[in-house]
Amino acid sequence: MGFFDKIFGSGNKSGNVAKERLQVVLVHDRIKLPPHVMDQLRAELAAVISKYVDVDPGGIDISLSKQARQSRLVADVPLTGAKSEAH
Amino acid sequence: MAGKVVTITSGKGGVGKTTTTANLSAALAIAGKKVVAIDADIGLRNLDVVMGLENRIVYDLVDVVEGTCRLKQALIRDKRVEGLYLIPAAQTRDKTAVSPEDMIALCDELRQEFDFILIDSPAGIEQGFKNAMSPADRVLIVTTPEISAVRDADRIIGLLEAAGKGPGDLIINRLRADMVQRGDMLDISDVVDVLAIKLIGVIPDDESIIISTNKGVPVIFENNSRASTAFKNISRRLNGEDVPFLNLQPEASFFQKLARFWNGG
Repeated sequence: MGFFDKIFGSGNKSGNVAKERLQVVLVHDRIKLPPHVMDQLRAELAAVISKYVDVDPGGIDISLSKQARQSRLVADVPLTGAKSEAH
Repeated sequence: MAGKVVTITSGKGGVGKTTTTANLSAALAIAGKKVVAIDADIGLRNLDVVMGLENRIVYDLVDVVEGTCRLKQALIRDKRVEGLYLIPAAQTRDKTAVSPEDMIALCDELRQEFDFILIDSPAGIEQGFKNAMSPADRVLIVTTPEISAVRDADRIIGLLEAAGKGPGDLIINRLRADMVQRGDMLDISDVVDVLAIKLIGVIPDDESIIISTNKGVPVIFENNSRASTAFKNISRRLNGEDVPFLNLQPEASFFQKLARFWNGG
């Protein structure tokens, strides 16, 4: 982004808004996971991981991203400490 | 001679499939190829009016498939250029009157005689789309720089890939360079980025398209508008030529030039 773009700002132009909305909608279209199923996935993932380590269930962030024609599920799980019985 | 079958599709309706089919067919014929355009939108026939051949229809695609007439009888010759023909869709039937196997058999016959067989696909992802896609050697996906059209194009690309026909080549239609420059329209790079398929052409939004459609004369026959050059370039790329993309930038204002200078561009 050039100097003039920074001054006048182009981040909130409708073209950019369209691109961001498209990216989100396409990832969900491609993977066919409705939001409530994503919530379920998040909860079950937290349950499985917390069998081994302590996690902060509220802090789990699951997102879908795409690169070219490939979609990717990215889970960010904050740990609060390892459980001793995990080994 | 083994002709190439090129299907023009989009998912969303009204993005310019029929106009694209008419103009690419005419451009290829002008370049000396023998071309047949097939309207696969049974029940919603339109390629005939866009090409200006609506008064000459006797038989249609369904007549050929059902054996009511011979293939040659359904081929309408466009008198404006050597080697351009149309097989119109039936208007009083629906998509189920033709099967993918019928289309494959028909195109195999046409391949013997034509260099290019261009199929104008109906909108949607149902049987009509499947009919149009099944004989294709190559698929062109038309979209406009709008969320709904790009989203539907993505669906189509997914279906093409699943059918082993993908990913296809992208045509971005009705681009408004002035709106892109203001930041109020998805840019070429945005659309290509999101869909991640190869771009084969960009057609600027151009009043001459509406005027030529009003008259039933594909714009490529009429003048040297930017849209007509864009179609010509796509037809050359279809022919395997390497043609540089048009510069669609509007004339830069003083401040834009200053900004470019400042940014080292």
